[in-house]
Amino acid sequence: MSSLQPPAERIWWKEPIEGVELFWVAIALVWAIVMFIMMPYWHVYGKQNLSNEAYRTTPEQYGKKVQAMVEQYTVRKETAQEIPVVHPPAGADVYLLARLWQWYPILELEQGKTYRLHLSSMDWQHGFSLQPENINMQVIPGYEMVLKITPNKPGDNTIVCNEYCGIGHHTMTGKIYIK
Amino acid sequence: MANTAEFRTCPDTGLLFHKPAETLMKLNAVVGIVYLLFGGVIGLLMVLTRWPAVHLLQADTFYMLLTAHGLGVLIFWIIFFEIAVLYFASSTLLRSRLAAPRWAWLGFALMVIGSVTTEVAILQGRSSVMMTSYVPMSAEPHFYLGLILFAVGALIGCFVFLGTLVIARAERTYGEGSIPLVTFGALTACIIAIFTIASGAIILIPTFLWKIGYINYIDPLMYRIIWWGMGHSSQQINVSAHIAVWYAIAGVVFGAKPLSEKVSRAAFLLYILFLQLASAHHLLADPGISSEWKIFNTSYAMYLAVLASMIHGLTVPGAVEAAQRKRGFNKGLFEWLRKAPWGNPTFAGMFLSLIIFGFLGGITGVMMGTEQLNLIIHNTLYVPGHFHATVVGGTTLAFMALTYWLVPVLFRRDVILPGLAKWQPYLFGFGMIGFTLFMMGAGTLGVPRRHWDISFANALFQYQYPEVAYLMLGLMSISGILAIAGGGLFVLQIVASVLFGRRRGEVKSPVPIIAEPVAAGTHGIGIGGISVPGTLVLALVFLVTFILYYFVNWKYLSQVWGLG
Ligand code: HEM
Ligand SMILES: [Cu+2]
Ligand SMILES: [Cu+2]
Repeated sequence: MSSLQPPAERIWWKEPIEGVELFWVAIALVWAIVMFIMMPYWHVYGKQNLSNEAYRTTPEQYGKKVQAMVEQYTVRKETAQEIPVVHPPAGADVYLLARLWQWYPILELEQGKTYRLHLSSMDWQHGFSLQPENINMQVIPGYEMVLKITPNKPGDNTIVCNEYCGIGHHTMTGKIYIK
Repeated sequence: MANTAEFRTCPDTGLLFHKPAETLMKLNAVVGIVYLLFGGVIGLLMVLTRWPAVHLLQADTFYMLLTAHGLGVLIFWIIFFEIAVLYFASSTLLRSRLAAPRWAWLGFALMVIGSVTTEVAILQGRSSVMMTSYVPMSAEPHFYLGLILFAVGALIGCFVFLGTLVIARAERTYGEGSIPLVTFGALTACIIAIFTIASGAIILIPTFLWKIGYINYIDPLMYRIIWWGMGHSSQQINVSAHIAVWYAIAGVVFGAKPLSEKVSRAAFLLYILFLQLASAHHLLADPGISSEWKIFNTSYAMYLAVLASMIHGLTVPGAVEAAQRKRGFNKGLFEWLRKAPWGNPTFAGMFLSLIIFGFLGGITGVMMGTEQLNLIIHNTLYVPGHFHATVVGGTTLAFMALTYWLVPVLFRRDVILPGLAKWQPYLFGFGMIGFTLFMMGAGTLGVPRRHWDISFANALFQYQYPEVAYLMLGLMSISGILAIAGGGLFVLQIVASVLFGRRRGEVKSPVPIIAEPVAAGTHGIGIGGISVPGTLVLALVFLVTFILYYFVNWKYLSQVWGLG
């Protein structure tokens, strides 16, 4: 009887299992357990984890926080649109805002220092994609994610949007400079 | 049994077809293939756009067609074909009449009307929201309405399938025992489909009401959680369905029987029990969901489903190997595989599907589904690279392989130009291998998905991706074009065969198209007490690849900024 017909043995659940199958099920199970352990392990010993800190917010509330930070820490303005570059001190709360189709403001941070980065969207969903580091996170309106970041190399990083957000999606870029 | 005039026995396979079921199988399969053609043509335009050196379409057209492609192939092609598979696995394999053919017709009509409505909405240009339609971005109302109608139609199809199982049991059409393994796999797919469609309804109906103004707010995070309850589980329907098809093809081509019914069935059961919350792996980079929840759902839920796939990954080729060995190809490790009918597109397609799904789709999916590793691939081109390996290289290729066999059985026509049919699975399969590998390569370098212009020509800030990324995109497009040629060949051949293929008539042809079942048991085959040593070696190669690749990615992750 092939797999297209009913089982040859009516009481098929009492048939013995092939040895190869048992062996493979056992190995696969062990591997699944190893993969499971890796995640909690990395939370304890690894240095790259998403935080569990997030708050509900609104575009108005969040926009105010961003503005307050910009007023406090702006060091210069860049581009024809005069986008502020903020340079907050180590350990500070740093607010980055996503909106159609811009990341605001420009951040200037120091290598090896840790910051609390806040992320939220003013309108639709966006994708925070830091290049060339290649760190990627979802940015959702109404939610403010807080994440400790510790840049480990100097350079000029671009934030690309990698969640489709309408016709200007491919023009939505921002900057994080690491000194 | 009902009116015998409503039945036809296939002279070649001995299968008993209930005529209303047969007509519906044909129609569902044909409409599915029309959507495959539609999506394939769009696929061509899209690869020609994502190839930076060509950059064919305008941005708005690209995003519109990307939406049309995602729904047209991922949802419409696959689900129409799956309904045909459900009817085949119930009515035909159980030799039963189809339950409530009128309802089945209604379901089919709703699916056609719904899918056309949604595609029209997309092509009108104001619903370029991607298949995920994440709120608060919104599409036109009939975009959602079409999807809802389609889902209701598919749900009716599921209940017709279940009803047919009930009738077949009550009327003892297949004897006293349990349903065949293939039908069991189809039942798994059906149960998951019902869960999927329920999630879809829970999210799309409120979204529709929101769009027309009856609800004023939909939480975007909640939307994502429930939407993926549909989006992910629907992939598990595909997996269950194409694995049922693998078993069916092993049965058809080799007369293979499962190594043990118990293991294969238990593996299907794991899918039903454990996949629902596996949708968590689409939300790993989201705020507001705890790590505990993410880990619990990706490990408990996902890894037990992965375990099930790894089991099928052994038992399907194992069944083929055992059957081949019993037929006398018992020498060495791989005689059974070397002497397999590689020129038969049904077998070649199935085997390539198995390899592509496992090695490319499976391994990468598990890697991405790891909480922290997701950070280095979320929403990059790696993601479509992964799922073209699962749903195109895996599911679509398996369905194509089955179709080559169905043409003579269902339509009683010969496949035209069999010499060309031989090559089709290779063209499509190897095209897809290249396409997915290069796509994933580009993703690893950070190239975003759903993105019209990675040169950022009109952006405020520029970013230059490394040269290799451009090379990858070029190679991706060339391989994609090969795959499309393979897909085009398939559609052409099937359509031409159904319309113009030589009629087989109602007589048994001298060349058999279904193998006699092999004897039960595995004594006397294999090496040193291991009944399927070749398969075991392949499985171990798979495992080693998996482990290496998994840890390489942890290494990559450890090099990025500290995050916590
Ligand atoms: C050889 C044929 C195909 C080619 C060349 C092709 C090509 C593509 C390309 C270039 C993208 C856009 C990737 C991006 O920019 O994010 C894409 C997206 C996609 N494709 Fe295909 N594709 C093919 C067949 C299929 C099939 C058969 C399916 C489903 C069964 C499928 C499902 C999808 C889905 C779900 C998306 C994502 C849409 C989205 O992001 O919303 N494709 N495909
Ligand atoms: Cu954006
Ligand atoms: Cu975007």
